[in-house]
Amino acid sequence: MTPLLQVKGIEKRYGARVGCTDVNFDLYPGEVMGIVGESGSGKSTLLNCMAGHLEPDAGQVIFDTRVDGPVDTVTMSEPERRMLSRTDWAFVHQHARDGLRMSVSAGGNIGERLMAVGDRHYGDIRDKAVDWLGRVEIDASRVDDRPSAFSGGMQQRLQIARNLVTGPRLVFMDEPTGGLDVSVQARLLDLLRGLVREMGLSAIIVTHDLAVVRLLADRLMVMKSGHVVEAGLTDQVLDDPQHAYTQLLVSSVLQV
Amino acid sequence: MGKDEAMIELIDVSKSFTLHNQGSAVIPVMEGASLKVEPGECVALTGSSGAGKSTLMRVIYGNYLAASGQVLVGGVDVAKAAPRQILSLRRDTLGYVSQFLRVVPRVPTLEVVAEPLLSVGCDKQVALDKAVGLLKRLNIPERLWTLSPTTFSGGEQQRVNIARGFAHEYPAMLLDEPTASLDAQNRETVLSLIEEAKHRGAAIVGIFHDLEARERVCDREVNVSDFTPGLAA
Amino acid sequence: MSEYNFAYLDEQTKRMIRRAILKGLAVPGYQVPFASREMPMPYGWGTGGVQVSAATLTPDDTFKVIDQGADDTTNAVSIRKFFENTAGVATTEETEKATVIQTRHRIPEAKLREDQIIVYQVPIPEPLRFLEPRETETRKMHSLEEYGLMHVKLYEDISQHGAISTAYAYPVKVSGRYVMDPSPIPKFDNPKLEMDAIQLFGAGREQRIYAVPPHTKVVSLDFEDYPFEATKADHPCDLCGAEDSYLDEVIMDDAGNRMFVCSDTDYCRSRREAGHVGRLAEENAA
Repeated sequence: MTPLLQVKGIEKRYGARVGCTDVNFDLYPGEVMGIVGESGSGKSTLLNCMAGHLEPDAGQVIFDTRVDGPVDTVTMSEPERRMLSRTDWAFVHQHARDGLRMSVSAGGNIGERLMAVGDRHYGDIRDKAVDWLGRVEIDASRVDDRPSAFSGGMQQRLQIARNLVTGPRLVFMDEPTGGLDVSVQARLLDLLRGLVREMGLSAIIVTHDLAVVRLLADRLMVMKSGHVVEAGLTDQVLDDPQHAYTQLLVSSVLQV
Repeated sequence: MGKDEAMIELIDVSKSFTLHNQGSAVIPVMEGASLKVEPGECVALTGSSGAGKSTLMRVIYGNYLAASGQVLVGGVDVAKAAPRQILSLRRDTLGYVSQFLRVVPRVPTLEVVAEPLLSVGCDKQVALDKAVGLLKRLNIPERLWTLSPTTFSGGEQQRVNIARGFAHEYPAMLLDEPTASLDAQNRETVLSLIEEAKHRGAAIVGIFHDLEARERVCDREVNVSDFTPGLAA
Repeated sequence: MSEYNFAYLDEQTKRMIRRAILKGLAVPGYQVPFASREMPMPYGWGTGGVQVSAATLTPDDTFKVIDQGADDTTNAVSIRKFFENTAGVATTEETEKATVIQTRHRIPEAKLREDQIIVYQVPIPEPLRFLEPRETETRKMHSLEEYGLMHVKLYEDISQHGAISTAYAYPVKVSGRYVMDPSPIPKFDNPKLEMDAIQLFGAGREQRIYAVPPHTKVVSLDFEDYPFEATKADHPCDLCGAEDSYLDEVIMDDAGNRMFVCSDTDYCRSRREAGHVGRLAEENAA
C-alpha cells in the first residue's frame, strides 16, 4: 500500500532557532496520527509545514495525489498546492474564527469549498450544506445564520463541516478541541471519530491534550524542542513511554 | 494455518521499565517468557499478584513494548511491527477484553458494542443486530442501550466490555478476568461465550482468578512467576 | 488656460497613465496599479476617471460627462467644466456626438461605437473585497483564478433574499479570465459591457486602472438555477414612454405618488424631441 503522506527530513528554522528538524514518518490511508508536546515544541510549526502554510527549509512532504500519484507538495507549484488544500486536504484551526468566514452564513461557509471547485447549482450547494449541518449536529434551521451567532462548540463543528464537504482525504487539525468545555469536547471528539471512520479519513492532530489523542489517534509522535523524541502506537506510547520526556509528560497529567 | 500451528507464540520475551525521571532506574519485570497457543486452545496465566500476568497480556497486545524476543500473533511479530500492522492485527485478528471499559463519552452502548464489527467493514444493520444479541445475552436492559456506558455501574460496564470484545470473531483473544464481579447467570453466559469462541477456533490467553471458571474453559496453565527475573526456579 | 498643461496633468503623468491603460487593454479585466495623483477635487468625486480622461483626451475630442445617466448633476457639470477649462475641448450632452464619455454608475442607452471611449469612475475596483479584506490574498486569488468566493456572495444573496439581490456592481468575468467589478453600474447595464467602444476604468483612491477592449466577452456570474437577469423597474418612462431604458424612481409628493423616468437624460430628451410621449409628459407640459 502507498502511504497517503510521506514526510521526509522536514526542517524549519527561525534564524538560529530550530522550529522542527529531522521529522520523518509515513501516514497511511485511514490512519489518525497525533502530535503531542508542550507549547514551543515545534508541533504547530511542523503541522504548518506539512499543510503548506509554512515553507520548510529542508525536506519533502509527499502526498499521494489522485491523478499523478505521490508528489512532493513542497516543490509543487502554488496553484496546485492551493487546489490540493481546497479539495483533498482540510485544515481545522484551533480558533473557529480563523477557519470560518464570520460574515458569511453557515450555508455559505460550507458551500464555499464546493463553489471553489466549480459547483454552480445553488439548490445542490444548499442541499449539501444542509446535509452537512445535520452531520455535525447543527439544526438545519440555522443554515442562514452567521457563525457569530453560534456557540464555540457549534462554530468548531461548522468549521469541520466546511472542511469536510468536498470529501478530503487528509485533515490537519490544530488543537481542534482547545478552548472548548469538557462536555463540548467530548461531543466533538465523538463526531470526529465517527466522521474519520465513515469517510476513511486520514488525519494529523496536533494537541497537548493526551486524553484527546488517546481517543482519536492511532499513532502518536512526541515532540520536544523541535525533535521527535518518541513515536509509536498511541496506547503503547502513553502506557509504556520509553523516552524521559514522554514519561514526564504522561506522569504530569492530572488524574480525574 | 494448520491446526497445530500456533496462533499466539512468544519466544524468549523480556520486558523492563526504565524510569528516566527517577535516576534512570531499570526495573526488569519479565525474562525468558515463552508461550504457545494454538487455535481452539485456551491458556490461563497464573501466578501471584504482581508476578506479571497483566504485563504479559499487554506485551502480547502491543500495549507494552517488549525489550527483546519475539511476540508472534497470527504470524506478525508484535515486538517489531509498525504501528499500522499492530492496528490492523487488533482490528482483524487480536481481541482484548480488559477489566476497564474505555470509550468515547456520549456514544450509545449499542454502538460501542457494534464498533469492532463496523471497523472491519461489517454491514451496519448486521453489526447492530449482533450487538443486540450480545447485550441481551449479557442481560443489559434494553432501556440502557441508547445511553453511553460511561454512567453505568461497574458490573454493567464489565458486561458491555465483554459484549464489545466478543462482537467480532477474533482468531486470537486476550481476556483479563472476564468473569470478575459477575453474578452466576452472567458468569455462565461469559463462560459459554468463551467456549463458543474456542469452538470456532479462537486461541485464547486469559487471566482467571475464578478457579472454577479456569478449570472449565482453560486447557493449560502457564505460571508467569517462571518469567519473573530473580524468581525463576 | 495657459497656466495649465493640456488636460491639467503633466505629460509625464499622462504617459504613465497611458502605459497603465495599454497594459489594462492587453490584459482585459486585470487591475493595473498606477501612481494616482492628487486632483483638485475630493476622492469619491471621480478622481480616477478624471485622470484616465485626462490621459485619453486629445484637443480634437468631444467630451461628455454623465453622473447616474444625467448630464446636469453637480458632479457631471463640474468635471465637464474642469476639462473645458484645462483642456479646452468641446463638450456635449449628446451621446452620439461624444468621442470620450466619462461616466459615474451608468452606461448610456445609445449603442456606443468603435470610435468612442467610455471612462468609468470606480470607487472600489476589487470585486473580492467584500469577502476578503487582505489585498495580498485577493491578488493571489486573481493570479490563481480562485473565484469561488465571488459565488459565495451570490449564494448569500439568494439565501437571504430568495434571488440574487446584487443590483449594481454586479461581478463579471472578462474574456474568460479575470473577475471584474464593472463599477457600480446597475446590472441592467451588464449586457452592454460587450460593446464596440473601448472601456476604461479608473479608481483614484485605490490607484487602479483596468480596461475592457472592444468586442470582448463579458459574462455576468450566476448559478445554473438562478441565472443572471438584467432587471429594471417594470414600467415605461413617464416622460418619453421608453420601455427599454433604465429608470429612476422619483417620489412626487407626500401621498407616495411616484414617477419613473429615464436615468439617461440625453436618451430621454432625444426621444421626446422625436415625439415620444410618456404617461406624465402632457400634464407636465400643461
